[in-house]
Amino acid sequence: MGRTIIINAIRFLVLVFMQVFLLKNIVFYNLSTTYFYILFILLLPFEIPNLLLFVLSFILGLTVDAFYDTPGLHAAACVVLALVRILFINITVQKEGFDNEPEPTLSIMGFRWFFTYAAILTLAHHFFLLNLEVFRFSEIEYTLSRVVLSSVFTVFLILVSGLLFFKRKERK
Amino acid sequence: MRNLLIFITKYNAFFLFLIFEVSALLIYIKYNSFQKATFINSQNQVTGSLYAQVSQFKGYLSLKEQNDSLAHENAKLRGMLKTSFYVDTAEKHKVVDTVYKQQYTYVVARVINNSTNQSNNYITINRGSRDGIAKDMGVICGTGVVGMVAAVSDHYAIIKSLLHSKSQFSAMLSKDKSVGSFTWGTDLNPRQGLLSLQNDAKPTMGETVITSGYSLFPTGIPFGKITSLHAKEGGLLLNVEVGLAVDFTKLQYIYVVVNKYAQEQAGLEAVEVK
Repeated sequence: MGRTIIINAIRFLVLVFMQVFLLKNIVFYNLSTTYFYILFILLLPFEIPNLLLFVLSFILGLTVDAFYDTPGLHAAACVVLALVRILFINITVQKEGFDNEPEPTLSIMGFRWFFTYAAILTLAHHFFLLNLEVFRFSEIEYTLSRVVLSSVFTVFLILVSGLLFFKRKERK
Repeated sequence: MRNLLIFITKYNAFFLFLIFEVSALLIYIKYNSFQKATFINSQNQVTGSLYAQVSQFKGYLSLKEQNDSLAHENAKLRGMLKTSFYVDTAEKHKVVDTVYKQQYTYVVARVINNSTNQSNNYITINRGSRDGIAKDMGVICGTGVVGMVAAVSDHYAIIKSLLHSKSQFSAMLSKDKSVGSFTWGTDLNPRQGLLSLQNDAKPTMGETVITSGYSLFPTGIPFGKITSLHAKEGGLLLNVEVGLAVDFTKLQYIYVVVNKYAQEQAGLEAVEVK
């Protein structure tokens, strides 16, 4: 239990630092920006209570907002992400299996499940975030292409990080 | 009552979602206008000092380019000195000093945080109200117009960049002298702006677009050069595309324009003329 808290605290700090000092400056053709910090919410353990999940998402969003000068924007998107995460896990994972599957990582859950999980959650987050930021329907095509291309970038980074921290012996 | 509690605990995820989502959206709507300074932005002590430290490291990487651009600017300014003009008639340059009163002064500041890829971009600088910076002052750099001060704290200030969906400045064609309004283009390109002119203006390709001197800035500071004449989204106004003179991705040092007579002008213009 203590180990999980420490690991997640370190993950929080590292991801926020990466996002605001490195990834914030990376953009392809004004279309594809990555919001890689959502990996923190994706990798929280299965058994986390809903209240704690929402509080952590909210805090993560506000922290990123402080650096992006957009109070509330990322917080709102992260809360949506937390809801989608709860729905997705309810549908796809059986409650009884939690004892030996503590965290939804690539090495534990396998590629197919993790890829779907990451793709759907990322799309939901980016769709909400970018549309809320623009807040106009007149540029919906441009915004949607930004959503898709940014999601591809983010999912790519998430999969790469999953492979970097791949633990072979845990795989079933 | 018991059934209600059971209902709420069964679908707790949804109700928690509602609570947090509404509070996040409230924060977003209430503070995003930047009219009210909050503690959740890059001018507070924690984020401000973190950004300042990182930008100090980054500064080393572009020292050469910065030196070059400063040297260029020095050369340009040296060319404007009175001593560098050849005097062909003695009377022409006989200037009585009291004719000139300083109207604009400049506060130099370093950029400690900058973004160019959002749809609303802001720049944080390491000078604030203690250095004489106030809200709504203009901001320029060696090559052209940068933006306008949006919020100040004691040691930091946030600038609403020209790359902001709500930025609008008064601009003028350098040859034609027609005045229009300058905004950022619609496709989030950090190198392109949009100038709206009255239909009788006659812009030419490659013509420089400069500040009009009506507000904030002294006249003649460049926005950029016209790159395309075709009108966008047909309408009452003539829209021309302008390639920006400032490379916002490499911004390091900027000048805040302090207009000594700004208050007098604003006060006079606010009076209702009958």
